[in-house]
Amino acid sequence: MVKLTVNGREHDISADPDTPLLYVLRDELALNGAKFGCGLGQCGACTVMVDGKAVFSCGTPILLLEGKQVTTVEGLGTLDNPGPMQRAFMEEQAAQCGYCIPGMMMRAQALLQNNPLVSDADIRAALQSNLCRCGTHMRILRAVKRAARLMQTAGASSTGMGGGR
Amino acid sequence: MIARTIIAVVIAGAILIVAFFGWAWRPAIDPIAPPDPHGLDTAFVRHGAQLAVLGNCNTCHTAPGGKSFAGGVAVATPFGTIYSTNITPDPETGIGNWSEGAFRRSMREGVDRAGHHLYPAFPYDHFTLLTDEDDHALYAYLMSREPVRAAAPHNELRFPFNLRIALAGWKLLFLRKGPFEPVASGSEAWNRGAYLVEGLAHCGACHTPRNRLGAENKNDRFGGGETEGWTAYALNHASPAPVPWDVDAFYAYLRNGWQRVHGVARGPMAPVIDNFGVASDADVRAIAIYIASMSGTPTPERRRQADEVLARTGVQGPGSNPVSGDSRTTALAAKVDGSGADMGGMIYQSACGFCHESGRPLPFGGMDLALSTAMQGPNPINVINVVLAGLPAAEGERSPIMPGFTGALSEAQLTDLIVYLRARFSDKGPWTDVAKHVRDAMTGNRRFATYATRGDASAPADSSQREKPW
Amino acid sequence: MNNVVVLSRRSVLAGTGALVFSFCSQSRLAAQESAQGGQQSGAARALPGSLKTSPFLDSWIRVDANGSISVLTGKAELGQGIKTALLQVAAEELDVALSSLTIITADTARTANEGYTSGSHSMQDSGTAIRHAAAQVRALLIAQAASRFALPGDSLRTENGSVVAPDGRRLSYGDLVAPEMLHVRAQPESVLKDPRAFKVMGKPVARVDIPAKVTGGAAYVQDLRLPGMVHARVVRPPSYGARLAAVDTAAVERVPGVIKVVRDGDFLAVVSEREFQAVKTMRTLAAAARWEENAHLPKQDDLPSLLMKLPAQDTAILDQRQPPAAAQKTVEATYTRPYQAHASIGPSCAVAQFENDAMTVWSHTQGVYPDRQAIAEMLRMPIEQVRCIHMEGSGCYGHNGADDAAADAVLIARALPGRPVRVQWMREQEHGWEPYGPAMVAKVTAAVDASGRIADWDYAVWSNTHSMRPGGAGSLIAAQSLSQPFAQPAPKPIPQPEGGGDRNAIPLYKLPSARVMHHFLPAMPVRVSALRSLGAYMNVFSIESFMDELAQASGADPVEFRLKHLDDERARAVITTVAVRFGWSSSPLPGGRGRGFAFARYKNLAAYCAVAMEVEVARDTGRTRVLRAVAAVDAGQAVNPDGLINQIEGGIIQSISWTLYERVTFDDTRITSIDWSTYPILRFNAVPDSVAVHVLDRPGQPFLGSGEAAQGPAAAALANALASATGHRFRDLPLTRERIKAAVPV
Repeated sequence: MVKLTVNGREHDISADPDTPLLYVLRDELALNGAKFGCGLGQCGACTVMVDGKAVFSCGTPILLLEGKQVTTVEGLGTLDNPGPMQRAFMEEQAAQCGYCIPGMMMRAQALLQNNPLVSDADIRAALQSNLCRCGTHMRILRAVKRAARLMQTAGASSTGMGGGR
Repeated sequence: MIARTIIAVVIAGAILIVAFFGWAWRPAIDPIAPPDPHGLDTAFVRHGAQLAVLGNCNTCHTAPGGKSFAGGVAVATPFGTIYSTNITPDPETGIGNWSEGAFRRSMREGVDRAGHHLYPAFPYDHFTLLTDEDDHALYAYLMSREPVRAAAPHNELRFPFNLRIALAGWKLLFLRKGPFEPVASGSEAWNRGAYLVEGLAHCGACHTPRNRLGAENKNDRFGGGETEGWTAYALNHASPAPVPWDVDAFYAYLRNGWQRVHGVARGPMAPVIDNFGVASDADVRAIAIYIASMSGTPTPERRRQADEVLARTGVQGPGSNPVSGDSRTTALAAKVDGSGADMGGMIYQSACGFCHESGRPLPFGGMDLALSTAMQGPNPINVINVVLAGLPAAEGERSPIMPGFTGALSEAQLTDLIVYLRARFSDKGPWTDVAKHVRDAMTGNRRFATYATRGDASAPADSSQREKPW
Repeated sequence: MNNVVVLSRRSVLAGTGALVFSFCSQSRLAAQESAQGGQQSGAARALPGSLKTSPFLDSWIRVDANGSISVLTGKAELGQGIKTALLQVAAEELDVALSSLTIITADTARTANEGYTSGSHSMQDSGTAIRHAAAQVRALLIAQAASRFALPGDSLRTENGSVVAPDGRRLSYGDLVAPEMLHVRAQPESVLKDPRAFKVMGKPVARVDIPAKVTGGAAYVQDLRLPGMVHARVVRPPSYGARLAAVDTAAVERVPGVIKVVRDGDFLAVVSEREFQAVKTMRTLAAAARWEENAHLPKQDDLPSLLMKLPAQDTAILDQRQPPAAAQKTVEATYTRPYQAHASIGPSCAVAQFENDAMTVWSHTQGVYPDRQAIAEMLRMPIEQVRCIHMEGSGCYGHNGADDAAADAVLIARALPGRPVRVQWMREQEHGWEPYGPAMVAKVTAAVDASGRIADWDYAVWSNTHSMRPGGAGSLIAAQSLSQPFAQPAPKPIPQPEGGGDRNAIPLYKLPSARVMHHFLPAMPVRVSALRSLGAYMNVFSIESFMDELAQASGADPVEFRLKHLDDERARAVITTVAVRFGWSSSPLPGGRGRGFAFARYKNLAAYCAVAMEVEVARDTGRTRVLRAVAAVDAGQAVNPDGLINQIEGGIIQSISWTLYERVTFDDTRITSIDWSTYPILRFNAVPDSVAVHVLDRPGQPFLGSGEAAQGPAAAALANALASATGHRFRDLPLTRERIKAAVPV
């Protein structure tokens, strides 16, 4: 039994401790955001935050996560009350198939939480570990910049509007 | 009497100081108009390109994302930070108004056109070995580059290290001016290798330990050093590699950026390998011959240990199923029950094993860590660096990718993992101060450079036909 | 003027009543057609878009008694925004708020059969059908209201889902609808809304699927969770056609939590309660399996010459050759393309359930009907017992592993009746087993006369088929590996004007003398099928690169040279728009930089697209980066301009990745490009500084397919920019850094 804190809520997880966080999020907790893209840490579709830092949930066994705060895209806001990152991506219509987007958002969130005044080059460098196959890169960059502005004006510095499951 | 002695001492001291300054002072060489690039001999320009690649000039003189050779790279030293200069032919901020004589003097003696002594972060203690002809070629090459207007930032050095004139003293102690003298007993290839290694390639600048004054310790050549937050392992008899290197292994590694039983070149070696990947075969081979001669022949005991390791690892070669990572085929050996016992082992099995025990061959598979030099090394620094930063993808080229585990591992967890790795993969006994090394890395106290390889030499030798060796 | 609609007696009955949706299968339709004689079927053939094959209005629009309206389409959302665009079309013609509509996509039990969502046909086929159907439904509702109000139809107007009389009386659509009222055949003509009055069509409406995707809502087949669902993984062979010689499954079957090992011939899969356990036991099984490999893959470096030596079916798709007598300047070139992968970011996935002799499968296939047919054939089940429901996957860009994952899922589900089975492909399975875009060679010779006009043009392209989609169980990997296997069907070329390997092989330019040969190669050593734009990517790359070579030979500016050979006004418009917006000129650029231009009309009948690029090449390393790209697209009536821009932007960036980096690799037996380390694609450090897309909207014009329009022009613009930057012409895809470095002088 592993205790996991996800989006502010504690869960008792009965999966084997060597189970990658990705499967626990999707199967035990029915959270859709983090995606299976490669299982190898090469594409970033599985990106979530652990204690505010971006990690590949496909390669992070849950035995590492007791006492740590896991945040997924569901923790950034809801459909009715989206957080700045989510609003930015919706306003920029920054998605084609959308599969890579939650991973992008989480990596960007980790970046902006720690460095609110990022340059374009910083954003590109940070997103280097995340792949987009549809070619939505320009919009993703615009959305992250927009999120940075939204986060600054809102004075928000934490994980968005809270909520989530 | 005493007064006279004092006066004599003071006068003698003054004379010595004046003599020192007189000796240390170097004249400025007159500036010239930048030479017309089209007037430069193409053959020399091409030859210079080859030399620049072997000397890794672009690695220090090109800032990340910056223009080629425009300088601005910060080099951390125990004495402060030094910034590499602009060596494009821009007349104001680069070396565009340097005559060839000025250039040769900088290489041979470490003095710039204006007569200032250069810091040996620019390794003229190696470049001094270059022949006049090679200096000529390098000059032609640099003068044919695109001029870039970019002034390098000022160095940040503490007193008295910010006094360039003091470097004359350093040179007195440590600079043996070239050019290179071949050794009669050595073969042509060996001598070529010696010329390149001791000269242009300046391998000792990283791989030889330095003394208090920052000079290489000639009594322990290739005994191991450090650079940019990484450990550069010993290349001589003290090499910690579980399987001893030989000429073929060095050649493959330097040529391709990886070697079947030694691993993948990353960290500060990545840009070196990118350059060697486009150097001539003969030169890379010569370098391999010379370096191999440093390590000497392995003892029978060492050979036996190596054979044991090779037998255990079952490295797959040509014809094996190129399964990707996440390929753990055996149930976890230790029951992973999160009970706290041997946390390091559990972390390894669940977070590392899916690539490192997959059996997928190098360079794309996680290497079997029994073959890892880093595990046998004097400290855990490189292992920590790689675990935290991973191996970034090359741009548009096939290259191994490893995710970094920053964020996933706490200090305690990383410490447990490192301790486990050393115990599992090395017979040399535990590292000391693992927790401190981990903390230094994770708090940013010890910064380390991460490089994505350009990919010149990343692809396996020949993927198209199975019968060829990987 | 309203349509004259024949109302049956039942439909005139007053009162509310839910519309009984009855979908008419094609076979029943055919029976009705033949019963009612040739005239009726003549009318059916004249119907616009997919109404041709599904002429009943309620195949497209459904109105419930409570007023809720559903739009039905046989097309699938691939991430191209089609759901939103179709909703816009329906909302506009029905005169309702978009938010009041629901859309139901490709489902063999509910929607029309529109074949595949491919070839950029969705707007042309489904959009057109829905537009007309919606207009005619509205007309029917107005006619019903007219009879109830006893007022003439043209005095009434619609507003927010109601029909309103001049005196203020109103009846909602729900009030007006009656059973079977919409189960009428469409008329060949409709009164469509005037584009000047558009409220929602032609507007950049926000995509209806994005909010869920950014807030963790269920959006993909990967998110489907059914009660009692179990997890399966397939053990695929190491190479094509490998036989499973031996595998000891006993040890794996005993592991607690493992439900079953399914083996049929060379098909091997494991089912487990928990997903990660399925992954682990798959690996254990994979290690235990012994395969006999048979594949003989060609030598990668010899691919072009090998392709040209394979047996070919030769067709002259254009033959108007009259080579000029006078001496001309002749230019000749050969272009090559390797196999390239879809490399979908999310490996394929499907869920299937076999219950009460019926099989249901949820899949991100591009064609639910053909896939259903193939699955029914594979399972030897009556087709009516199989239902295939589309759910989104990640972008597929053509025929990827989706259909095969569906086949895997149904085979395993059949072995576990009652339980929903989820099959998720691994990364190396998707990379290694998807059908690639075929390798191709193009050879072209042309002559330019003294006045700088092309006087003769001779083009030949060698290619495998670009479509091995099911239809036919034999197209499915699982079916090929069963103990009673299905044979792979013989590949067939797609005829012109669509074309496969010869798509866009005929230039749009005015050519007084021209011949275009299509050498169709049936033998496929490597698994191939449709990849976004099919042969157009390579043909446009070749033709547009060659146009620049001809322009250079005649000393002309590349843009001027193209305009000289084009009369088509819309083509000229996209070209001049890009030239102006890009700032096209011949003024010198800083060292290492180049500019390039390209144009094509997708399939010579879909969207027009022109692209200009500026690139920077680092001399020392050969590293190329696209600095900026400017494009213009004419897709006829633009339903959602932002969606259109998104597709062109995405197409440009994807094409940059294909063109600079991508190549499937293999040794003599196995595919070796099996993950992102061995098949790298574009990452953020190589993304351009800017990509600007200009939409030339043509209100009132037919919709033109645009999802694939940018692939070819972007590739050629890049190659032309590289030639401008380096002085060297690169003709072999991908235009790798190594090749560029080798060509650039020190």
